[in-house]
Amino acid sequence: MEYFIELLLSGLTRGAIYALIALGYTMVYGIIGLINFAHGEIYMIGAFTSFIVATILSIYGFPLLAIIVLAGLAAVIWSASYGYTIEKIAYKPLRKAPRLSALISAIGMSIFLQNYVLLAQTSEFLPFPQLIPDFPFMEPIAHIVGSTDLVILVTTTIAMLILTVVIKYTKIGKAMRATSQDRTMAMLVGINVDRIISVTFIIGSSMAAIGGLLIASHIGQINFSIGFLAGIKAFTAAVLGGIGSVPGAVLGSVVLGLTESFATGYVSSDYEDVFAFSLLVLILIFKPSGLLGKVESQKV
Amino acid sequence: MLKLETVQSGYGNILAVKGISLEVNRGEIITLIGANGAGKSTTLLTISGIVRCRTGKILLNEEEIQALATDEIVKKGVVQVPEGRHIFPELTVQENLDMGAFLRNDTREVKKDLEYVFSLFPILAERRHQDGGTLSGGEQQMLSLSRALMARPKLLLLDEPSMGLAPLIIKQIFEIIKKINHDNGTTIFLVEQNAHQALQVANRGYVLENGKIATTGSAETLLNNPEVQKAYLGM
Repeated sequence: MEYFIELLLSGLTRGAIYALIALGYTMVYGIIGLINFAHGEIYMIGAFTSFIVATILSIYGFPLLAIIVLAGLAAVIWSASYGYTIEKIAYKPLRKAPRLSALISAIGMSIFLQNYVLLAQTSEFLPFPQLIPDFPFMEPIAHIVGSTDLVILVTTTIAMLILTVVIKYTKIGKAMRATSQDRTMAMLVGINVDRIISVTFIIGSSMAAIGGLLIASHIGQINFSIGFLAGIKAFTAAVLGGIGSVPGAVLGSVVLGLTESFATGYVSSDYEDVFAFSLLVLILIFKPSGLLGKVESQKV
Repeated sequence: MLKLETVQSGYGNILAVKGISLEVNRGEIITLIGANGAGKSTTLLTISGIVRCRTGKILLNEEEIQALATDEIVKKGVVQVPEGRHIFPELTVQENLDMGAFLRNDTREVKKDLEYVFSLFPILAERRHQDGGTLSGGEQQMLSLSRALMARPKLLLLDEPSMGLAPLIIKQIFEIIKKINHDNGTTIFLVEQNAHQALQVANRGYVLENGKIATTGSAETLLNNPEVQKAYLGM
Protein backbone atom coordinates (compact mmCIF):
# COMPACT_ATOMS: atom_id res chain seq x y z
CA MET A 1 0.00 0.00 0.00
CA GLU A 2 2.78 2.36 0.93
CA TYR A 3 4.48 1.56 -2.36
CA PHE A 4 1.26 2.33 -4.20
CA ILE A 5 0.98 5.75 -2.53
CA GLU A 6 4.61 6.45 -3.30
CA LEU A 7 4.03 5.70 -6.98
CA LEU A 8 0.81 7.70 -6.97
CA LEU A 9 2.55 10.77 -5.59
CA SER A 10 5.52 10.51 -7.89
CA GLY A 11 3.09 10.12 -10.79
CA LEU A 12 1.27 13.25 -9.72
CA THR A 13 4.56 15.13 -9.52
CA ARG A 14 5.48 14.08 -13.04
CA GLY A 15 2.00 15.02 -14.19
CA ALA A 16 2.35 18.45 -12.58
CA ILE A 17 5.55 19.14 -14.49
CA TYR A 18 4.05 17.92 -17.76
CA ALA A 19 1.05 20.14 -17.11
CA LEU A 20 3.20 23.25 -16.71
CA ILE A 21 4.68 22.62 -20.15
CA ALA A 22 1.54 21.20 -21.80
CA LEU A 23 -0.40 24.38 -21.06
CA GLY A 24 1.85 26.35 -23.40
CA TYR A 25 1.21 23.88 -26.22
CA THR A 26 -2.52 23.80 -25.73
CA MET A 27 -3.01 27.56 -25.30
CA VAL A 28 -0.98 28.44 -28.38
CA TYR A 29 -2.78 25.76 -30.36
CA GLY A 30 -6.12 27.11 -29.15
CA ILE A 31 -5.34 30.61 -30.33
CA ILE A 32 -3.41 30.21 -33.59
CA GLY A 33 -3.77 26.50 -34.39
CA LEU A 34 -0.03 25.91 -34.30
CA ILE A 35 1.94 23.16 -32.58
CA ASN A 36 4.76 25.25 -31.21
CA PHE A 37 7.57 22.72 -31.37
CA ALA A 38 10.03 25.23 -29.94
CA HIS A 39 8.09 25.22 -26.65
CA GLY A 40 10.22 22.43 -25.16
CA GLU A 41 13.27 24.61 -25.76
CA ILE A 42 11.64 27.48 -23.88
CA TYR A 43 11.44 25.13 -20.92
CA MET A 44 15.11 24.15 -21.37
CA ILE A 45 16.10 27.83 -21.52
CA GLY A 46 14.15 28.39 -18.30
CA ALA A 47 16.15 25.62 -16.65
CA PHE A 48 19.46 27.07 -17.89
CA THR A 49 18.58 30.60 -16.81
CA SER A 50 17.67 29.48 -13.31
CA PHE A 51 20.86 27.39 -13.21
CA ILE A 52 23.05 30.36 -14.12
CA VAL A 53 21.32 32.78 -11.78
CA ALA A 54 21.26 30.29 -8.90
CA THR A 55 24.96 29.53 -9.33
CA ILE A 56 25.97 33.18 -9.36
CA LEU A 57 23.79 34.04 -6.39
CA SER A 58 25.07 31.13 -4.32
CA ILE A 59 28.66 32.28 -4.97
CA TYR A 60 27.68 35.60 -3.40
CA GLY A 61 26.15 33.74 -0.48
CA PHE A 62 22.50 34.72 -0.89
CA PRO A 63 20.02 32.86 1.36
CA LEU A 64 18.33 29.84 -0.23
CA LEU A 65 14.86 31.35 -0.38
CA ALA A 66 16.16 34.47 -2.15
CA ILE A 67 18.01 32.29 -4.63
CA ILE A 68 14.89 30.28 -5.47
CA VAL A 69 12.73 33.36 -5.91
CA LEU A 70 15.26 35.35 -7.94
CA ALA A 71 16.25 32.38 -10.10
CA GLY A 72 12.58 31.63 -10.76
CA LEU A 73 11.87 35.25 -11.60
CA ALA A 74 14.84 35.47 -13.95
CA ALA A 75 13.82 32.23 -15.66
CA VAL A 76 10.25 33.44 -16.12
CA ILE A 77 11.30 36.81 -17.55
CA TRP A 78 13.99 35.35 -19.80
CA SER A 79 11.84 32.50 -21.13
CA ALA A 80 8.87 34.81 -21.64
CA SER A 81 10.98 37.19 -23.71
CA TYR A 82 12.16 34.23 -25.79
CA GLY A 83 8.58 33.06 -26.32
CA TYR A 84 7.49 36.56 -27.29
CA THR A 85 10.39 37.02 -29.71
CA ILE A 86 10.03 33.58 -31.30
CA GLU A 87 6.41 34.33 -32.11
CA LYS A 88 7.32 37.67 -33.68
CA ILE A 89 10.21 36.28 -35.73
CA ALA A 90 9.15 32.78 -36.67
CA TYR A 91 5.34 32.67 -36.62
CA LYS A 92 3.83 36.11 -37.14
CA PRO A 93 5.16 36.57 -40.70
CA LEU A 94 3.60 33.20 -41.54
CA ARG A 95 0.19 33.89 -40.07
CA LYS A 96 -1.54 33.89 -43.46
CA ALA A 97 0.62 31.11 -44.91
CA PRO A 98 -0.49 27.46 -44.92
CA ARG A 99 -0.28 25.80 -41.49
CA LEU A 100 2.50 23.51 -42.61
CA SER A 101 4.85 26.46 -43.17
CA ALA A 102 4.48 27.64 -39.59
CA LEU A 103 4.97 24.09 -38.33
CA ILE A 104 8.24 23.75 -40.26
CA SER A 105 9.28 27.14 -38.91
CA ALA A 106 8.56 25.88 -35.38
CA ILE A 107 10.69 22.77 -35.89
CA GLY A 108 13.48 24.94 -37.29
CA MET A 109 13.24 27.23 -34.27
CA SER A 110 13.49 24.23 -31.95
CA ILE A 111 16.63 22.90 -33.64
CA PHE A 112 18.14 26.38 -33.74
CA LEU A 113 17.60 26.98 -30.01
CA GLN A 114 19.03 23.59 -29.02
CA ASN A 115 22.18 24.24 -31.02
CA TYR A 116 22.42 27.79 -29.82
CA VAL A 117 22.44 26.65 -26.19
CA LEU A 118 24.82 23.82 -27.08
CA LEU A 119 27.30 26.32 -28.53
CA ALA A 120 26.78 29.11 -26.03
CA GLN A 121 26.87 26.81 -23.01
CA THR A 122 28.11 23.24 -23.22
CA SER A 123 27.18 19.77 -24.41
CA GLU A 124 27.95 18.30 -20.96
CA PHE A 125 25.34 17.52 -18.36
CA LEU A 126 25.57 20.22 -15.71
CA PRO A 127 24.87 19.42 -12.06
CA PHE A 128 21.92 21.51 -10.97
CA PRO A 129 22.14 22.70 -7.34
CA GLN A 130 19.50 21.37 -4.99
CA LEU A 131 17.53 24.55 -4.43
CA ILE A 132 14.75 23.05 -2.38
CA PRO A 133 15.93 21.88 1.05
CA ASP A 134 14.53 18.83 2.85
CA PHE A 135 11.88 20.30 5.11
CA PRO A 136 12.10 19.00 8.69
CA PHE A 137 8.31 18.56 8.90
CA MET A 138 8.45 16.22 5.91
CA GLU A 139 10.81 13.82 7.65
CA PRO A 140 8.28 11.23 8.83
CA ILE A 141 7.02 10.70 5.26
CA ALA A 142 10.25 11.49 3.43
CA HIS A 143 10.56 7.90 2.21
CA ILE A 144 7.22 8.27 0.40
CA VAL A 145 7.31 11.81 -0.90
CA GLY A 146 10.25 14.20 -1.04
CA SER A 147 10.21 17.90 -0.27
CA THR A 148 10.87 18.80 -3.90
CA ASP A 149 7.82 16.78 -4.97
CA LEU A 150 5.73 18.66 -2.46
CA VAL A 151 6.97 22.02 -3.73
CA ILE A 152 6.30 20.96 -7.33
CA LEU A 153 2.75 19.87 -6.51
CA VAL A 154 1.94 23.00 -4.55
CA THR A 155 3.51 25.41 -7.07
CA THR A 156 1.76 23.77 -10.00
CA THR A 157 -1.58 23.79 -8.23
CA ILE A 158 -1.25 27.48 -7.44
CA ALA A 159 -0.15 28.29 -11.00
CA MET A 160 -3.13 26.37 -12.41
CA LEU A 161 -5.57 28.11 -10.09
CA ILE A 162 -4.25 31.54 -11.05
CA LEU A 163 -4.39 30.67 -14.74
CA THR A 164 -7.95 29.35 -14.44
CA VAL A 165 -9.12 32.53 -12.72
CA VAL A 166 -7.37 34.70 -15.32
CA ILE A 167 -8.90 32.83 -18.25
CA LYS A 168 -12.35 32.61 -16.76
CA TYR A 169 -12.92 35.97 -15.16
CA THR A 170 -10.58 38.69 -16.40
CA LYS A 171 -11.13 40.82 -19.47
CA ILE A 172 -7.92 39.63 -21.09
CA GLY A 173 -8.86 35.99 -20.36
CA LYS A 174 -12.26 36.40 -21.98
CA ALA A 175 -10.58 38.08 -24.93
CA MET A 176 -8.24 35.09 -25.22
CA ARG A 177 -11.16 32.69 -25.31
CA ALA A 178 -13.00 34.90 -27.80
CA THR A 179 -9.93 35.03 -30.05
CA SER A 180 -9.54 31.27 -30.01
CA GLN A 181 -13.21 30.74 -30.86
CA ASP A 182 -13.54 33.28 -33.68
CA ARG A 183 -10.56 35.40 -34.59
CA THR A 184 -12.28 37.60 -37.17
CA MET A 185 -15.08 38.42 -34.76
CA ALA A 186 -12.58 39.13 -32.01
CA MET A 187 -11.03 41.73 -34.30
CA LEU A 188 -14.46 43.17 -35.04
CA VAL A 189 -15.19 43.82 -31.36
CA GLY A 190 -11.92 45.72 -31.14
CA ILE A 191 -9.59 43.12 -29.67
CA ASN A 192 -5.99 43.60 -30.76
CA VAL A 193 -5.43 39.99 -31.77
CA ASP A 194 -1.66 40.36 -32.14
CA ARG A 195 -1.45 41.46 -28.53
CA ILE A 196 -3.58 38.52 -27.37
CA ILE A 197 -1.29 36.12 -29.24
CA SER A 198 1.77 37.71 -27.60
CA VAL A 199 0.17 37.44 -24.16
CA THR A 200 -0.57 33.77 -24.81
CA PHE A 201 3.06 33.08 -25.69
CA ILE A 202 4.24 35.00 -22.63
CA ILE A 203 1.94 33.08 -20.24
CA GLY A 204 2.81 29.71 -21.80
CA SER A 205 6.54 30.45 -21.69
CA SER A 206 6.41 31.61 -18.07
CA MET A 207 4.70 28.39 -17.03
CA ALA A 208 7.33 26.36 -18.90
CA ALA A 209 10.12 28.32 -17.19
CA ILE A 210 8.70 27.50 -13.76
CA GLY A 211 8.55 23.87 -14.89
CA GLY A 212 12.17 24.09 -16.00
CA LEU A 213 13.35 25.35 -12.64
CA LEU A 214 11.35 22.78 -10.68
CA ILE A 215 12.29 19.71 -12.66
CA ALA A 216 15.94 20.68 -12.91
CA SER A 217 16.21 20.88 -9.16
CA HIS A 218 14.24 17.60 -8.92
CA ILE A 219 16.43 15.62 -11.31
CA GLY A 220 19.64 17.42 -10.42
CA GLN A 221 21.17 17.90 -13.85
CA ILE A 222 20.49 19.79 -17.05
CA ASN A 223 21.60 19.66 -20.65
CA PHE A 224 20.76 21.45 -23.90
CA SER A 225 18.63 18.51 -25.07
CA ILE A 226 16.28 18.15 -22.08
CA GLY A 227 13.64 20.25 -23.82
CA PHE A 228 13.15 17.71 -26.57
CA LEU A 229 11.80 14.73 -24.62
CA ALA A 230 9.97 16.89 -22.08
CA GLY A 231 8.41 18.76 -24.97
CA ILE A 232 7.29 15.58 -26.71
CA LYS A 233 5.84 14.20 -23.46
CA ALA A 234 4.00 17.40 -22.65
CA PHE A 235 2.72 17.60 -26.20
CA THR A 236 1.50 14.02 -25.85
CA ALA A 237 -0.26 14.99 -22.63
CA ALA A 238 -1.91 17.95 -24.37
CA VAL A 239 -3.15 15.75 -27.21
CA LEU A 240 -4.28 13.10 -24.73
CA GLY A 241 -6.41 15.64 -22.91
CA GLY A 242 -7.67 17.30 -26.10
CA ILE A 243 -5.42 19.91 -27.63
CA GLY A 244 -6.79 23.42 -27.30
CA SER A 245 -8.44 22.67 -23.96
CA VAL A 246 -6.80 24.00 -20.79
CA PRO A 247 -8.42 21.57 -18.31
CA GLY A 248 -7.71 18.85 -20.89
CA ALA A 249 -3.98 19.60 -20.79
CA VAL A 250 -3.95 19.25 -17.00
CA LEU A 251 -5.97 16.04 -17.02
CA GLY A 252 -3.88 14.58 -19.85
CA SER A 253 -0.69 15.41 -17.97
CA VAL A 254 -1.87 13.76 -14.76
CA VAL A 255 -3.03 10.64 -16.63
CA LEU A 256 0.30 10.44 -18.46
CA GLY A 257 2.33 11.02 -15.29
CA LEU A 258 0.44 8.33 -13.38
CA THR A 259 0.73 5.83 -16.23
CA GLU A 260 4.47 6.31 -16.43
CA SER A 261 4.89 6.12 -12.69
CA PHE A 262 2.90 2.90 -12.28
CA ALA A 263 4.52 1.34 -15.34
CA THR A 264 7.93 2.10 -13.88
CA GLY A 265 6.98 0.86 -10.43
CA TYR A 266 5.14 -2.34 -11.28
CA VAL A 267 6.73 -3.34 -14.58
CA SER A 268 10.06 -1.76 -15.37
CA SER A 269 11.39 1.70 -16.06
CA ASP A 270 12.45 0.43 -19.48
CA TYR A 271 8.80 0.25 -20.43
CA GLU A 272 7.81 3.69 -19.18
CA ASP A 273 7.63 5.27 -22.64
CA VAL A 274 6.00 2.20 -24.18
CA PHE A 275 3.13 2.49 -21.71
CA ALA A 276 2.86 6.25 -22.14
CA PHE A 277 2.58 6.15 -25.90
CA SER A 278 0.42 3.00 -25.98
CA LEU A 279 -2.00 4.89 -23.78
CA LEU A 280 -1.97 7.79 -26.23
CA VAL A 281 -2.72 5.49 -29.16
CA LEU A 282 -5.50 3.73 -27.24
CA ILE A 283 -7.21 6.93 -26.19
CA LEU A 284 -6.99 8.44 -29.64
CA ILE A 285 -8.55 5.32 -31.17
CA PHE A 286 -11.59 5.63 -28.93
CA LYS A 287 -11.67 9.40 -28.48
CA PRO A 288 -9.95 10.98 -31.48
CA SER A 289 -10.28 14.52 -30.12
CA GLY A 290 -8.75 13.61 -26.75
CA LEU A 291 -10.29 13.23 -23.30
CA LEU A 292 -11.80 16.72 -23.05
CA GLY A 293 -11.35 17.84 -26.65
CA LYS A 294 -14.38 19.24 -28.39
CA VAL A 295 -16.02 17.47 -31.26
CA GLU A 296 -16.26 20.10 -33.93
CA SER A 297 -19.94 20.66 -34.43
CA GLN A 298 -21.26 24.13 -34.01
CA LYS A 299 -24.43 25.83 -34.98
CA VAL A 300 -23.92 28.30 -37.78
CA MET B 1 -19.79 60.66 -41.93
CA LEU B 2 -18.51 57.73 -44.00
CA LYS B 3 -17.30 58.16 -47.53
CA LEU B 4 -15.89 55.57 -49.92
CA GLU B 5 -13.95 56.87 -52.92
CA THR B 6 -13.33 54.41 -55.78
CA VAL B 7 -12.55 51.60 -53.34
CA GLN B 8 -11.20 48.35 -54.74
CA SER B 9 -10.65 45.22 -52.70
CA GLY B 10 -10.81 41.47 -52.97
CA TYR B 11 -9.23 38.12 -52.20
CA GLY B 12 -6.05 36.90 -53.87
CA ASN B 13 -6.40 37.40 -57.60
CA ILE B 14 -10.12 38.04 -57.41
CA LEU B 15 -11.34 41.59 -57.24
CA ALA B 16 -14.74 41.59 -55.51
CA VAL B 17 -15.22 45.32 -55.09
CA LYS B 18 -14.30 47.12 -58.29
CA GLY B 19 -14.07 50.79 -57.49
CA ILE B 20 -17.16 51.85 -55.60
CA SER B 21 -17.92 55.30 -54.23
CA LEU B 22 -20.67 56.02 -51.77
CA GLU B 23 -21.53 58.27 -48.89
CA VAL B 24 -23.32 57.79 -45.59
CA ASN B 25 -24.38 60.91 -43.69
CA ARG B 26 -24.73 61.23 -39.92
CA GLY B 27 -28.01 59.90 -38.59
CA GLU B 28 -29.04 58.20 -41.82
CA ILE B 29 -30.00 54.63 -42.51
CA ILE B 30 -28.39 53.70 -45.81
CA THR B 31 -28.80 50.37 -47.47
CA LEU B 32 -26.65 48.55 -49.96
CA ILE B 33 -28.62 45.95 -51.87
CA GLY B 34 -27.50 43.45 -54.43
CA ALA B 35 -27.52 39.80 -55.42
CA ASN B 36 -25.29 37.02 -54.10
CA GLY B 37 -21.67 37.66 -54.94
CA ALA B 38 -22.18 41.30 -55.85
CA GLY B 39 -19.54 42.33 -53.30
CA LYS B 40 -21.76 43.57 -50.47
CA SER B 41 -20.07 41.73 -47.62
CA THR B 42 -16.62 42.47 -49.00
CA THR B 43 -17.51 46.16 -48.98
CA LEU B 44 -18.35 45.99 -45.28
CA LEU B 45 -15.29 43.91 -44.43
CA THR B 46 -13.15 46.44 -46.27
CA ILE B 47 -14.61 49.31 -44.25
CA SER B 48 -13.75 47.41 -41.04
CA GLY B 49 -10.24 46.66 -42.29
CA ILE B 50 -10.62 42.87 -42.29
CA VAL B 51 -10.19 42.83 -46.07
CA ARG B 52 -7.57 45.35 -47.15
CA CYS B 53 -8.55 48.28 -49.36
CA ARG B 54 -6.27 48.07 -52.42
CA THR B 55 -6.93 51.39 -54.07
CA GLY B 56 -9.16 54.32 -53.24
CA LYS B 57 -9.95 55.96 -49.93
CA ILE B 58 -12.23 55.29 -47.01
CA LEU B 59 -12.96 58.46 -45.08
CA LEU B 60 -14.54 58.60 -41.65
CA ASN B 61 -15.37 62.20 -40.76
CA GLU B 62 -12.88 63.40 -43.40
CA GLU B 63 -10.12 61.21 -41.95
CA GLU B 64 -8.61 58.37 -43.98
CA ILE B 65 -9.06 55.03 -42.22
CA GLN B 66 -8.27 52.48 -44.95
CA ALA B 67 -4.79 51.77 -43.58
CA LEU B 68 -5.82 51.37 -39.92
CA ALA B 69 -5.96 48.06 -38.06
CA THR B 70 -9.43 46.69 -37.35
CA ASP B 71 -9.30 47.43 -33.62
CA GLU B 72 -8.34 51.05 -34.35
CA ILE B 73 -11.35 51.37 -36.64
CA VAL B 74 -13.62 49.92 -33.95
CA LYS B 75 -12.14 52.44 -31.51
CA LYS B 76 -13.39 55.19 -33.81
CA GLY B 77 -16.94 53.93 -33.38
CA VAL B 78 -17.36 51.85 -36.54
CA VAL B 79 -18.86 48.56 -35.38
CA GLN B 80 -19.92 45.67 -37.55
CA VAL B 81 -22.46 42.88 -37.18
CA PRO B 82 -21.00 40.45 -39.69
CA GLU B 83 -22.84 38.05 -41.92
CA GLY B 84 -23.61 34.79 -40.16
CA ARG B 85 -23.69 36.45 -36.72
CA HIS B 86 -20.37 35.13 -35.49
CA ILE B 87 -21.42 34.52 -31.91
CA PHE B 88 -18.56 33.29 -29.70
CA PRO B 89 -20.04 29.80 -29.27
CA GLU B 90 -18.44 28.89 -25.96
CA LEU B 91 -18.81 32.23 -24.25
CA THR B 92 -22.06 32.80 -22.39
CA VAL B 93 -24.55 35.38 -23.63
CA GLN B 94 -23.31 37.70 -20.90
CA GLU B 95 -19.67 37.18 -21.88
CA ASN B 96 -20.49 37.78 -25.54
CA LEU B 97 -21.99 41.11 -24.53
CA ASP B 98 -18.96 41.89 -22.33
CA MET B 99 -16.78 41.35 -25.40
CA GLY B 100 -18.90 43.87 -27.29
CA ALA B 101 -17.85 46.43 -24.69
CA PHE B 102 -14.21 45.29 -24.83
CA LEU B 103 -12.79 48.73 -25.59
CA ARG B 104 -14.85 50.57 -22.99
CA ASN B 105 -13.80 51.38 -19.44
CA ASP B 106 -16.86 53.33 -18.29
CA THR B 107 -18.29 50.48 -16.22
CA ARG B 108 -21.38 52.36 -15.13
CA GLU B 109 -22.39 53.33 -18.66
CA VAL B 110 -21.70 49.79 -19.87
CA LYS B 111 -24.16 48.56 -17.25
CA LYS B 112 -26.76 51.00 -18.54
CA ASP B 113 -26.25 49.77 -22.09
CA LEU B 114 -26.58 46.20 -20.89
CA GLU B 115 -29.97 47.05 -19.41
CA TYR B 116 -30.87 48.79 -22.66
CA VAL B 117 -30.15 45.74 -24.84
CA PHE B 118 -31.97 43.50 -22.36
CA SER B 119 -34.96 45.81 -22.70
CA LEU B 120 -34.77 45.47 -26.48
CA PHE B 121 -34.42 41.68 -26.32
CA PRO B 122 -35.74 40.33 -22.99
CA ILE B 123 -35.03 36.77 -24.13
CA LEU B 124 -31.28 37.50 -23.89
CA ALA B 125 -31.65 38.43 -20.22
CA GLU B 126 -33.33 35.07 -19.63
CA ARG B 127 -30.51 33.25 -21.39
CA ARG B 128 -27.61 35.31 -20.12
CA HIS B 129 -25.75 32.39 -18.52
CA GLN B 130 -26.24 30.06 -21.47
CA ASP B 131 -23.48 29.46 -24.03
CA GLY B 132 -23.90 31.56 -27.16
CA GLY B 133 -23.65 28.47 -29.37
CA THR B 134 -26.82 26.98 -27.86
CA LEU B 135 -29.08 29.85 -28.96
CA SER B 136 -31.47 29.59 -31.90
CA GLY B 137 -30.71 31.48 -35.12
CA GLY B 138 -33.02 34.35 -34.26
CA GLU B 139 -31.64 34.67 -30.74
CA GLN B 140 -28.11 34.63 -32.13
CA GLN B 141 -28.98 37.50 -34.44
CA MET B 142 -30.38 39.42 -31.47
CA LEU B 143 -27.22 38.70 -29.51
CA SER B 144 -25.00 39.71 -32.39
CA LEU B 145 -26.84 43.02 -32.75
CA SER B 146 -26.81 43.59 -29.00
CA ARG B 147 -23.10 42.84 -28.79
CA ALA B 148 -22.46 45.52 -31.39
CA LEU B 149 -24.63 47.98 -29.46
CA MET B 150 -22.55 47.37 -26.33
CA ALA B 151 -19.71 49.17 -28.11
CA ARG B 152 -21.89 52.31 -28.41
CA PRO B 153 -21.31 52.56 -32.15
CA LYS B 154 -21.43 55.85 -33.99
CA LEU B 155 -21.71 53.96 -37.26
CA LEU B 156 -23.28 50.51 -37.24
CA LEU B 157 -22.53 48.21 -40.18
CA LEU B 158 -25.11 45.45 -40.52
CA ASP B 159 -24.53 42.54 -42.88
CA GLU B 160 -27.73 40.72 -43.81
CA PRO B 161 -29.44 40.73 -40.43
CA SER B 162 -32.45 38.97 -41.99
CA MET B 163 -30.54 35.99 -43.33
CA GLY B 164 -32.12 32.65 -42.49
CA LEU B 165 -34.71 34.04 -40.10
CA ALA B 166 -38.46 33.58 -39.86
CA PRO B 167 -40.56 36.49 -41.24
CA LEU B 168 -41.84 37.44 -37.80
CA ILE B 169 -38.31 37.71 -36.40
CA ILE B 170 -37.13 39.64 -39.45
CA LYS B 171 -39.87 42.15 -38.78
CA GLN B 172 -38.84 42.44 -35.14
CA ILE B 173 -35.16 42.90 -36.03
CA PHE B 174 -35.93 45.65 -38.55
CA GLU B 175 -38.13 47.43 -36.03
CA ILE B 176 -35.26 47.38 -33.58
CA ILE B 177 -32.89 48.71 -36.25
CA LYS B 178 -35.22 51.66 -36.80
CA LYS B 179 -35.49 52.15 -33.05
CA ILE B 180 -31.72 52.16 -32.55
CA ASN B 181 -31.37 54.79 -35.27
CA HIS B 182 -34.21 56.83 -33.79
CA ASP B 183 -33.32 56.53 -30.06
CA ASN B 184 -29.57 57.04 -30.21
CA GLY B 185 -29.07 58.76 -33.55
CA THR B 186 -26.82 55.87 -34.58
CA THR B 187 -25.92 56.00 -38.25
CA ILE B 188 -26.66 52.68 -39.92
CA PHE B 189 -25.21 51.15 -43.05
CA LEU B 190 -27.28 48.12 -43.88
CA VAL B 191 -26.34 45.47 -46.39
CA GLU B 192 -29.26 43.30 -47.49
CA GLN B 193 -30.45 40.82 -50.04
CA ASN B 194 -33.95 41.32 -48.73
CA ALA B 195 -34.29 44.56 -50.72
CA HIS B 196 -37.93 45.12 -49.95
CA GLN B 197 -37.44 45.00 -46.19
CA ALA B 198 -34.27 47.11 -46.38
CA LEU B 199 -35.78 49.87 -48.49
CA GLN B 200 -38.69 50.08 -46.06
CA VAL B 201 -36.42 51.30 -43.25
CA ALA B 202 -33.71 53.11 -45.22
CA ASN B 203 -33.47 56.76 -46.22
CA ARG B 204 -31.37 56.09 -49.27
CA GLY B 205 -30.00 53.08 -51.04
CA TYR B 206 -27.27 51.91 -53.37
CA VAL B 207 -27.61 48.97 -55.74
CA LEU B 208 -24.47 46.91 -56.17
CA GLU B 209 -23.93 44.75 -59.25
CA ASN B 210 -20.72 42.85 -59.96
CA GLY B 211 -18.67 44.96 -57.60
CA LYS B 212 -19.88 48.29 -58.96
CA ILE B 213 -22.62 50.70 -57.95
CA ALA B 214 -25.34 50.29 -60.58
CA THR B 215 -27.79 52.86 -59.33
CA THR B 216 -28.56 54.98 -56.28
CA GLY B 217 -31.35 57.15 -54.98
CA SER B 218 -33.81 57.66 -52.16
CA ALA B 219 -35.47 54.54 -50.84
CA GLU B 220 -38.74 55.61 -52.44
CA THR B 221 -37.17 56.16 -55.87
CA LEU B 222 -35.53 52.75 -55.75
CA LEU B 223 -38.76 51.06 -54.67
CA ASN B 224 -40.46 52.58 -57.70
CA ASN B 225 -37.59 52.01 -60.14
CA PRO B 226 -38.82 49.36 -62.62
CA GLU B 227 -35.41 47.77 -63.01
CA VAL B 228 -34.88 47.48 -59.28
CA GLN B 229 -38.39 46.11 -58.93
CA LYS B 230 -37.70 43.49 -61.53
CA ALA B 231 -34.27 42.44 -60.32
CA TYR B 232 -34.56 42.69 -56.54
CA LEU B 233 -38.18 43.05 -55.51
CA GLY B 234 -39.59 40.19 -57.56
CA MET B 235 -42.26 42.30 -59.22
